[in-house]
Amino acid sequence: MLETTIQEIDQMKQMVKQFVDNEVEPYAQQIEEEDQIPQHIIDQAKELGLFGISIPEEYGGIGLNTLGKAIVLEQLGRTHNGFVSMISAHTGIGSTGLVKLGSDELKRKYLPAMAAGEKIACFALSEPGAGSDATNISTRAEKKGDYWVLNGIKHFITNAPIADIFTIFAVTDKEKGAKGGITAFVVERDFPGLIIGKKDKKMGLRGSHTAQVILENCIVPEENVIGEVGKGYISALKILAEGRIGLAARSVGSCDKLIELSAAYAKERIQFGKPIAHFQAVQWMLADMATETEAARTLTLKAAQMVDEGKNVMKEAAMAKLFASEVFNRVADRAVQIHGGMGYVSEYPVERYYRDARITKIYEGTNEIQRIIIARKILEEV
Amino acid sequence: MNIFVLMKRTFDTEEKILIENGSISEDDAEFIINPYDEYAIEEALQLKEAHGGEVTVVTVGSEESEKELRTALAMGCDKAVLINIEEDLEDGDQFTTAKILYEFLKDKEADIILAGNVAIDGGSGQVGPRLAELLDIPYVTTITNIEIDGKNVKIVRDVEGDSEIIETTLPLLVTAQQGLNEPRYPSLPGIMKAKKKPLEELELDDLDLEEEDVMPKTKTLEIYLPPKKEAGKILQGELQDQVKELVSLLRSEAKVI
Ligand SMILES: Cc1cc2nc3c(=O)[nH]c(=O)nc-3n(C[C@H](O)[C@H](O)[C@H](O)COP(=O)(O)OP(=O)(O)OC[C@H]3O[C@@H](n4cnc5c(N)ncnc54)[C@H](O)[C@@H]3O)c2cc1C
Repeated sequence: MLETTIQEIDQMKQMVKQFVDNEVEPYAQQIEEEDQIPQHIIDQAKELGLFGISIPEEYGGIGLNTLGKAIVLEQLGRTHNGFVSMISAHTGIGSTGLVKLGSDELKRKYLPAMAAGEKIACFALSEPGAGSDATNISTRAEKKGDYWVLNGIKHFITNAPIADIFTIFAVTDKEKGAKGGITAFVVERDFPGLIIGKKDKKMGLRGSHTAQVILENCIVPEENVIGEVGKGYISALKILAEGRIGLAARSVGSCDKLIELSAAYAKERIQFGKPIAHFQAVQWMLADMATETEAARTLTLKAAQMVDEGKNVMKEAAMAKLFASEVFNRVADRAVQIHGGMGYVSEYPVERYYRDARITKIYEGTNEIQRIIIARKILEEV
Repeated sequence: MNIFVLMKRTFDTEEKILIENGSISEDDAEFIINPYDEYAIEEALQLKEAHGGEVTVVTVGSEESEKELRTALAMGCDKAVLINIEEDLEDGDQFTTAKILYEFLKDKEADIILAGNVAIDGGSGQVGPRLAELLDIPYVTTITNIEIDGKNVKIVRDVEGDSEIIETTLPLLVTAQQGLNEPRYPSLPGIMKAKKKPLEELELDDLDLEEEDVMPKTKTLEIYLPPKKEAGKILQGELQDQVKELVSLLRSEAKVI
């Protein structure tokens, strides 16, 4: 893998910022109304290589290190969060398992098309009965000769309606459970027995679709096990830890955008004969928004850098996700406040960010779960 | 086809301009590829895609210009050349730049040289035409379309909003006007590949030039900001009177008629 230099990271940052500000943001309102991302934007994102940021060069991707990825995602976070969610479920949780733990054969088979964005990936862990408690999944996989048979229901799976390649977790040994009894599989959309349920109607993240994935005697060849049989739960934790850094980075990017929007609005909106930016109450909101955002950025980039240094980041990634998502929600709330009534109507973009911010405290592990992870590590360390 | 593009690193157009001690302050400013040069780069890449060949992007600048050259390489140019004058020259003008470029390009057998119509900082629009004069090749400015067939070239150029169609032949120098194309973004793989592409750095010495050969022909006496825009005037009264007043103001105050 090539090393990414500061200069390249800088160029990527500039390119992604220009792309989202000039090519995606103008369609944000349309995405809200149609709940659909225009195909030409997706095509352009593919051409720019945005679908291959996690995939090594030898498999047709760009193979960015974690810091590079965080910086790209941070810039993506500036724009419509549905668009970003779609891309990052693919490049993040959807790709990481195969990239980090897949056999060479699986990588050769799937990664090039994923890097080009020809095939979209997703990650299916959550079930109606197993959200925060992912160890409690009930999807079963039974070995029959040289293939596995999967049965169960996954829900809230981002990209499921458009995905071609599914990373699916199932119980292969009920006795052992999370301690050696869960296995990760790569399942193709066309494998017999894989059915996509109906789309969820969500509060936000328009244009990004989540749905149930129903497995009815779904046949999966034995070579499609990701990593080792029984090691799936550990794989899931690893995949999610990295995904959390990406989610934190996206949240920081959204905060940057909200600060820009709010500062511009505050300078423009006149009340009591003065721009509202003149009032200290408004200035203090801006100051807090910017300070918290910088703190979230620093924490996020530090966690990313630690991954690249080969360190265990379970705690730091959880901290970054926890803090950045909460900052995003506070920043979005203040942005709405600064916009007054205009913050509550869809004519202005802050209303959308306010709705989209909410999910960041829930998915990829709720913030309560992040706190549990952090506390557990602290107690272990002492 | 042997294609060259002239590129300049300039201020980002969205930057506020500050004047300090008689020159424009560059502190904290963002720099970009001159937007008109971006059109030139894009057109060069399209010409290469259609006709084959190689695109070399050239800049006269300083160490810092390397960043913009790398961006041009990331967009798809094959080679970059930085003529670094930072240490050799105190200051220069359009003559300086054209002369340096001439020394570099005179034996390169370029089929076509593309440049921006103007740089958004100085805005003189002289470097391209001056270079073509020195090289003794035809040039067409403010082009909005170009078609090449063998040695024959058909160009549409913008003349203050009207279009002019021009036929000429290679070798040729053209300068790009807005509307020529929609410049591509450098892709992420492009950015990663750019560092493996050659970037040659030259100094005046390497071009057998002395400082006196390229001394500027002009002298900047003063740099100042345009007067602040004042609040508009809203005319009142009967329509007829308003029109009369407007005409008289245009004559006496604005002095435009
Ligand atoms: C838009 C969207 C996209 C999603 N995308 C994906 C995807 O691509 N793939 C995927 O696998 N999943 C996905 N999910 C699922 C998501 O990860 C889960 O919703 C999340 O992990 C929470 O699980 P739950 O909804 O079952 O909530 P629950 O686990 O039922 O939690 C309810 C509440 O109880 C709290 N709680 C639970 N246990 C504890 C505890 N031990 N201590 C303290 N508090 C606790 C939680 O923090 C929460 O506040 C998505 C969800 C949404 C809404």
